[in-house]
Amino acid sequence: MLTFENLHITIGDFELRGDIKIETGAQVAIMGPSGAGKSTLFNAVAGFLSPSAGRIVWDGQNITTSVPADRPIALLFQDNNLFPHLTAFQNTALGIRPDLRLSDTQSQDVTDALAKVGLQEFEARKPAALSGGQQSRVALARVLVQHKPLILLDEPFAALGPALKAEMLDLLSRGIRESGGTLLMITHDPADAKRIADSVIIVADGQIAAPVETVALFENPPAALQTYLG
Amino acid sequence: MAARASLTIRLFGGAAIAVLLTLSLGTLIAVLLRAEAISGFGRPEWAAVRFTLMQATLSALISVSLAIPLARALARRQFPGRSALITLLGAPFILPVIVAILGLVAIFGRNGVISNILGFPLDIYGLQGILLAHVFFNLPLATRLILQGWLAIPSERFRLAASLGFTSGNVARTIERPMLIEIVPGAFLVIFLICLTSFAVALALGGGPAATTVELAIYQAFRFDFDLSKAALLASAQFVICAIAGIIALRLSIPQVAGGELDRTLDRWDAKSPFLRLQDGVIIILSAVFLLVPLSAVVLRGLPGVLEMPVSVWQAALRSIFVTVIATTVCMAMSLSLAFFVQNIKRGKIWVEGVSLLAIAASPLVMGTGLFLILFPMMDPSRAMLFITALVNAAMALPFALRALVPALRQIEGTYGKLADSLGMHGFTRLRYLYLPRLRRPLGFSAGLIAALAMGDLGVITLFSDPNRATLPLEMYRLMASYRLEAASGAALLLLMFSLSVFWIFDKGGRVNADV
Repeated sequence: MLTFENLHITIGDFELRGDIKIETGAQVAIMGPSGAGKSTLFNAVAGFLSPSAGRIVWDGQNITTSVPADRPIALLFQDNNLFPHLTAFQNTALGIRPDLRLSDTQSQDVTDALAKVGLQEFEARKPAALSGGQQSRVALARVLVQHKPLILLDEPFAALGPALKAEMLDLLSRGIRESGGTLLMITHDPADAKRIADSVIIVADGQIAAPVETVALFENPPAALQTYLG
Repeated sequence: MAARASLTIRLFGGAAIAVLLTLSLGTLIAVLLRAEAISGFGRPEWAAVRFTLMQATLSALISVSLAIPLARALARRQFPGRSALITLLGAPFILPVIVAILGLVAIFGRNGVISNILGFPLDIYGLQGILLAHVFFNLPLATRLILQGWLAIPSERFRLAASLGFTSGNVARTIERPMLIEIVPGAFLVIFLICLTSFAVALALGGGPAATTVELAIYQAFRFDFDLSKAALLASAQFVICAIAGIIALRLSIPQVAGGELDRTLDRWDAKSPFLRLQDGVIIILSAVFLLVPLSAVVLRGLPGVLEMPVSVWQAALRSIFVTVIATTVCMAMSLSLAFFVQNIKRGKIWVEGVSLLAIAASPLVMGTGLFLILFPMMDPSRAMLFITALVNAAMALPFALRALVPALRQIEGTYGKLADSLGMHGFTRLRYLYLPRLRRPLGFSAGLIAALAMGDLGVITLFSDPNRATLPLEMYRLMASYRLEAASGAALLLLMFSLSVFWIFDKGGRVNADV
């Protein structure tokens, strides 16, 4: 379980507060207006900025001040997820060892992960020789080999077309469900949330709201969400 | 743009190209024609060529090697004074060479601060002095170019690295090395080119058979022996060397120095260890001392010297202002004409840019000599000396101005071209209400650069070294050469202030009310 205990983030005049719980295995969308602090929350959970007060706890373990690498977290950004000078295989293998010295079993893991995302033929290609969708698949394969229990996504696949994006979300969601991981995904598109999220966290007006079941939320949206959806 | 306007553009562009061709190739031909018997390329000439290539290679190598750790330290550390230090790294562009040399001599010279501390005199003349001065000028340039490379790495990369548990070694191998492989050859080549044609440094710190560059040999052939055939031969050699380097430069991606953008640091989770902090701190402090101390020496020694300055210094200052105004006006007119010309022709852009590079390949001393010979039958060239100097300075600064203006113009056209077309903004209207307002910043910045270059240039003017017609840098050099160091320091301070002021005035002029 991921818990924000009286979490308080301050950046200059900007403030964000939250006191919520997210169950292990949940797939949660984070939504809210631009500038409300979705990415700030992402950075705090990933370890790129320190909260001014409160704690972030994962399965009873306080990770508020852990360095990014020590957190049980795998990340996917909106773009720049791949190194342009490394092959698909190497980009994936970074998830296992940053110095790329893999054992045979580990190499096999990488190959398996790339196969799982449908890229068995493309291991030796560099990102420039891959389509946008294929690049996203490589990044996804890396998340899978990292075997981290918590997956954090900041508007992933935003550059892809609707059909391709839906396909990637399904692939991601299925992969994480198989491994029993927990997913936190920032998105501005209600369709993403409806597609894979069981619940939604609204970040608005300096507050991180507790997760609400997705179907129920969109049937009866709170004021902040209503304004956002228009 | 409309067909009506394009005639004007062609006319101006063609005129600018004609002037450039005359200045670069025409002057070379004029010198070659006057050379009576083409003397052979003897040992001293080969020695000059070898020395030129060697010092340029070493200067570029040392500058880039020192710049890599400095740029890395600046990219990943935030400290008070960081932005001031980065501004300082831009200063050598507008710092007159001869002023910096005076500062370096004050620190590293025979009677300099370090000699006094060590108790035995250092020798700053010769190869080591030339290298010292070249590194002083080009370490900052290399650092800025490489720092840009670092800051251009998307911040997600470093976050990803932190999340994947990269050590600083992993970061160096996976993220930093590929960037360096891309940036460093270009930075090396830029500095190599600058050092190939550097004249004032060789004039002040070199000389003798062991430390004579081709450019210096041209000066000596013309000024001491009036041996035009030797000067022409050396000029051709210089032209060939620079042209080859220029062609290589066209093939490599040459990094550009952008204004600003360097005012941020990278968050680096891999570089938090005390050892790395200490290492970066030491590198930053040593570099700052190396760059600041000679300049402080100029200011400190110059202040009392201002009172010692003979009237001739003030007269020279007036002449320098005249040269600066003419050079800046001519260069801006030519570069704007060329920039619009390049923008409007469909084919042959590369040729136009090639012509502008001729100005780099041509030796300013040859340009001066050629203009002298062309004008000689018509009038007394020494009367036109200041104008020749201004014209040569304008030609030399042209590539820099074009580098700023051409991309800016392309961007304006790309962003607003269709909108302007649809509104029927053509010709003068488009120039007045679209291009000029949006070009203000690059125009101001490049005018500032040109003015500072012209103000501080100690090149072609040395050929005519007429005491009654000296510019401020030449007057300062003469005072230095006659060991009137007090007065020379005063003149140096004056020159430094003039160069900084002209840059500041133009650059500021481009920024005020420029809505971005």
